[in-house]
Amino acid sequence: MPKDKFVTVQTSFVPMPIENVDTDQIIPARFLKATTKEGFGDNLFYDWRYEKDGSPKADFVLNNPAYSGTVLVAGKNFGSGSSREHAAWAIDGYGFKAVVSSFFADIFRGNSLNNGVLPVQVSEGFLAGLFTAVDADNKTEVKIDLENQTITNVATGDSESFEINSYKKNCMMNGYDDIDYLFSISNEIEAYEKQAVKF
Amino acid sequence: MGKTLFDKIWDSHVVKSIDDGPNVLYIDRHFIHEVTSPQAFGGIKARGGKVARPSQVIATPDHNIPTVNQHLTIQDELSRVQVETLKKNCEENGITMYGLNHPYNGIVHVVGPELGITQPGMTIVCGDSHTSTHGAFGSIAFGIGTSEVEMALATQCIMQPKPKSMRINIEGDLHKGVTSKDIILYIISKLTTGGGTGYFVEFAGSAIRSLSMEARMTICNMSIEMGARGGMIAPDETTFEYIKGREQAPQGEQWDKAVAYWKSLVTDADAVFHKELTYDAADIEPMITYGTNPGMGAKVCESIPTLDSIEDSSKNSFQKSMEYMGFEAGDQLEGKQVDYVFVGSCTNGRIEDLRSFCEAVKGKQKAESVTAWIVPGSKQVEKQAIAEGLKEQLEAAGFELRQPGCSACLAMNDDKIPAGKYAVATSNRNFEGRQGPGSRTLLASPLTAAAAAVTGVVTDPRTIFNF
Repeated sequence: MPKDKFVTVQTSFVPMPIENVDTDQIIPARFLKATTKEGFGDNLFYDWRYEKDGSPKADFVLNNPAYSGTVLVAGKNFGSGSSREHAAWAIDGYGFKAVVSSFFADIFRGNSLNNGVLPVQVSEGFLAGLFTAVDADNKTEVKIDLENQTITNVATGDSESFEINSYKKNCMMNGYDDIDYLFSISNEIEAYEKQAVKF
Repeated sequence: MGKTLFDKIWDSHVVKSIDDGPNVLYIDRHFIHEVTSPQAFGGIKARGGKVARPSQVIATPDHNIPTVNQHLTIQDELSRVQVETLKKNCEENGITMYGLNHPYNGIVHVVGPELGITQPGMTIVCGDSHTSTHGAFGSIAFGIGTSEVEMALATQCIMQPKPKSMRINIEGDLHKGVTSKDIILYIISKLTTGGGTGYFVEFAGSAIRSLSMEARMTICNMSIEMGARGGMIAPDETTFEYIKGREQAPQGEQWDKAVAYWKSLVTDADAVFHKELTYDAADIEPMITYGTNPGMGAKVCESIPTLDSIEDSSKNSFQKSMEYMGFEAGDQLEGKQVDYVFVGSCTNGRIEDLRSFCEAVKGKQKAESVTAWIVPGSKQVEKQAIAEGLKEQLEAAGFELRQPGCSACLAMNDDKIPAGKYAVATSNRNFEGRQGPGSRTLLASPLTAAAAAVTGVVTDPRTIFNF
């Protein structure tokens, strides 16, 4: 279904300076038994976030009231492993609009874009700057401007541009999705099929 | 300039390319299972659409199913509903499904090849990252998210930016006791879990050419564990021999035409890759992982890296991982306690894997302290294992052959490794909690799993088995 339009966000953020956060951590497999997309936000990072008895783990960042905001800032190689789109649904369901990291796994990047959650890939130095800023002031903010493809560390004023192809940018800014586009070229798909190699 | 194998197949499947955007890629075969498809069918229904090409879609429930008493109703309600939802969606849309207890049921990446559905030159997708398995046949196969499952169901196309190309050559002869699982764990330990991100990998070289189809599938299966979009191996006589005569393989005149086309699916001599790496097969020894991602692997006879060998920026993550595993940096791997052994999954749940495990444990006994789960990848693998006498051999050595499914690889059914316990597993991921909350996984080959199963500790298979 078409998504909400992505507009510029300026917000405090949740820091997670851990590398290689895989999709099994984002949403453990035992929570994949649903047949709809709703409710995954409650189980986001479940095994890091809750004790066995279901009580919150005080030392996990999502349980620390000092940190808040609609952007998650994570260590490099975020979203590796399983292709489960439930990971993107969980991040979206929790209320994050964007994830910032110095490196994203391919499938997760695609799944995020298809759910209106913007993956913003920044340099190692910029990422380190965000972690330093939030250590000094947990309400420090980050600004993400999709139209101009820039991200700014508000505390320091450091700014960096990020990449997104113009097709996906247009989808994000207007809330379009790929299926609308594919339906619009059904004649071309049929023409392709007529000439394709088959055995 | 010549073309790579990957370019040849990709380019011939591009329906349309969008300027500064993805390609519209035509999909020849689409596999679906119960976990990542219900929301896609729901999306199609909500739009008032229908499945575009049901004859190109194949379904099998595998992630959630029990591996004992499959003739009974699935006990877990959520699992049962998901499997029933798949059945209903397939019936409503005219899709062939190999359901629970069907003679062709099994893990989707085992079923496709063994029925001859997977063929060279095809584009193949599935809402499962281990779809890369099918690349062993010289096809472009990769995992997709549920939005893309919906696209593929609704239009038989998905939208993908073309990945960069990488070739990894393994040259020379493998030592005895070294398997394809060791090759791929070795490569991932060198490249890390992000080293292949953005690339589609072709595996080549004399050591790869010498491998069986089952062994090639193990390598391509784990391409995703180094972050690659997928992995592939050029088709050759080994490939054609495997496919010939399988249920959905081309027949008669069509077979000859197909083979003639498949023979053209090789990388041209003057093709250039974005990245090319070469390893010496003789440097590879039995491998095992010690951490919480598949890149954290070492030779069984080695030690866990010391902290000073880890980059500063990665030290925190490394220590978090050691704490989870209950290991110390610098520890010797051999002799580490093993509580569980899991043989199975889309990585190593094929007949050849069961044969190699059985051959190794023949005349020995399972260590009393070890709980072992031997899970065939499909009903056909189970049937063949029984026909070949493997089931009896396993039982004689104190093991039990379970029924097929994804099982303890991701522990969506009851096959969960308890918190804090150590499992040597032939599957593909050692992430925190992957095999059950708190489980500690050490990935290895079926031979290294066999060595652990009979000794109760991490053991180099070459020290106890004769090869």
